[in-house]
Amino acid sequence: MSAGLQAGGLQSSDAEAPAERRPILHAEGVSKRFVKRLDFAGRIAQRLGSSIREETVHAVDGVDLTVGAGEVVGLVGESGCGKSTFGRMVAGILPPSAGTLAFDGKPVWRNGRVAGHDTALAIQMIFQDPFASLDPRMRVEEIIGEAPQVHGLVPRGEVADYVAEVMLRVGLDPDFRRRYPHQFSGGQRQRIGIARALAVKPRFLVCDEAIAALDVSIQAQVINLFMDLRRDLDLTYLFISHDLSVVEHIADRVVIMYLGRVVEIATTEDIFDAPNHPYTQALLSEVPRIELRKRRYQPVKGEIPSPLDPPPGCHFHPRCPHASERCRIERPALREIAPGRWSACHLND
Amino acid sequence: MSAPTLEVRNLETHFLTRDGVVKAVDGVSFQVGAGEILGLVGESGSGKSITGFSILGLVDAPGRIAGGEILFQGRDLVPLPERERRKLRGSKIAMIFQDPMMTLNPVLRIDTQMTEAVRAHRDVSKARALEIAREALVKVGIASPDERLASYPHQFSGGMRQRVAIAIAFLNEPELIIADEPTTALDVTIQGQILHEAQTLCRETGTAMIWITHDLAVVAGLADHICVMYAGRVVEQGPIDAVLDQPAHPYTVGLIGSVPSRNRRGGRLFQIPGMTPSLLNLQPGCAFRSRCPRADAACLDEPPVHAASQGRQVRCAHPHDQPLETVLQSSAGGQEASL
Repeated sequence: MSAGLQAGGLQSSDAEAPAERRPILHAEGVSKRFVKRLDFAGRIAQRLGSSIREETVHAVDGVDLTVGAGEVVGLVGESGCGKSTFGRMVAGILPPSAGTLAFDGKPVWRNGRVAGHDTALAIQMIFQDPFASLDPRMRVEEIIGEAPQVHGLVPRGEVADYVAEVMLRVGLDPDFRRRYPHQFSGGQRQRIGIARALAVKPRFLVCDEAIAALDVSIQAQVINLFMDLRRDLDLTYLFISHDLSVVEHIADRVVIMYLGRVVEIATTEDIFDAPNHPYTQALLSEVPRIELRKRRYQPVKGEIPSPLDPPPGCHFHPRCPHASERCRIERPALREIAPGRWSACHLND
Repeated sequence: MSAPTLEVRNLETHFLTRDGVVKAVDGVSFQVGAGEILGLVGESGSGKSITGFSILGLVDAPGRIAGGEILFQGRDLVPLPERERRKLRGSKIAMIFQDPMMTLNPVLRIDTQMTEAVRAHRDVSKARALEIAREALVKVGIASPDERLASYPHQFSGGMRQRVAIAIAFLNEPELIIADEPTTALDVTIQGQILHEAQTLCRETGTAMIWITHDLAVVAGLADHICVMYAGRVVEQGPIDAVLDQPAHPYTVGLIGSVPSRNRRGGRLFQIPGMTPSLLNLQPGCAFRSRCPRADAACLDEPPVHAASQGRQVRCAHPHDQPLETVLQSSAGGQEASL
């Protein structure tokens, strides 16, 4: 952090992270549209002059983001904001509808397919539900050992030792390698999921609500594990979560999304100390904190609109206390308002 | 404090399974006064939800209340026949569940469900019941209540359904509300709205509330008193500030330390080693001892209960007596070394 201060000189410490780190992941105009196609009856009804149309959800709408090597970027938003969809596109699970995603200078996607094995292996994903993301009929050693063996990362004879090594790294007893997932607790299962991701020697981890399903004391264990792995293996994280206090703890920079769009990007300090976008401000004021006792909640009004039919202009304007006529018409661009600090709000003009 | 709305004394709820007796709630005592909010905190399997269900008499076989008293306005609910209990449920004592669809019937319109709940306990006309329902919806901040009354639950968003569930809980002006993780499944801004409604209604109507949750941060902002449960027992209870600023039980210390907090940004989180024990055939003595850094031979016996002023109680042989930050700092060194 202090390096950023020196390099930035008179500029505030905001400039640091993206500038000094070598970019490893670059997203430009990444969008994902889901189209609900009409069924047969619907098509007939349409022919006969009904007003039924295909429905399109802009799950992710033109996201630009650069992640530096070794950085932990927290991606925060409420349900339906597109944070998981974006994570899946980064991890090579879901092809983007538009825009480019580059990892280490090479495209992640080419013609709707993952561009190369190397990139696919380098980016791994850890899922929310440790109960649904592990095959119940595979033993732990198969779950962890399958991918490195298939991809020829480890010679066949050494797979058992390699699995034991990976298990130790995530804090699992290698004696349990012959067990099935159902024989483990939730926290241990999440460790198996992490071990499976680590087994192919990734450089980038996408964690999608990876600790949301765990108990508080187990959450702390897994957060500490993530931080140890980052230090030991030089990993970069895209940490997707709705839990702001966890993101505040673990992330270097925070990206806030609302209804498919990025509304603010800044260092963790800046976001939490002086949020710029009205949505970020509203979100942060709602976070329950253990230091705040018997507080009066001053909730932001309204609900999250349906992504099927988002409001025009700035998506947040119906709930925004500062909304003006311009916000109802014109979509605010994500602009750099201070070095390293981006916000999409007309109030900054 | 005047006579509490609810006083639970040595409540024991056991489940008789083929493998043995699960003491889900094992000697729990606490009380809540009118207009007070009690936070009942614990991790999965700590017995916090079963405590709530026991108060309402909603424990199904193979579970049963094996001992203790549940004094509601001075009357013990445990020996009451089901018919009497049913009269209380939904009128004097109401519950809000984590999943609002536990409260709402998916095939009935909201007005049908709400007027039914009013007329089950009060002798009023349909029109008057509808009026009461409408008022309740307005109170929880639902816009255009008339339209909403004529809707089905699936037409509502998750946050809106939870508001309706809360409105139904408050319909008959209950003396006590038990809320079981009602905001866990909701988004942050919606959670804020629900906490706001619940808080305001409680203060205005003088309803006592038990807020069951695993989220210490929510309880910190909401509750007056807190009860921390572990393996079926209350390990620590007292006024919210006292317990959170100077927790005495090592489990409470660990629990607070493992919550990411402003003051410790980026640092290593305090972690409780191991995991919660199985409640099946739990050994006597302190259930936390296998995970506790302070445990010794004394913990093999039943831990003593230390009581202090303002209802502060700790069940531990070696309680902490320093403020939280001091305790966390001194134990952080030990944790690094042991890892």
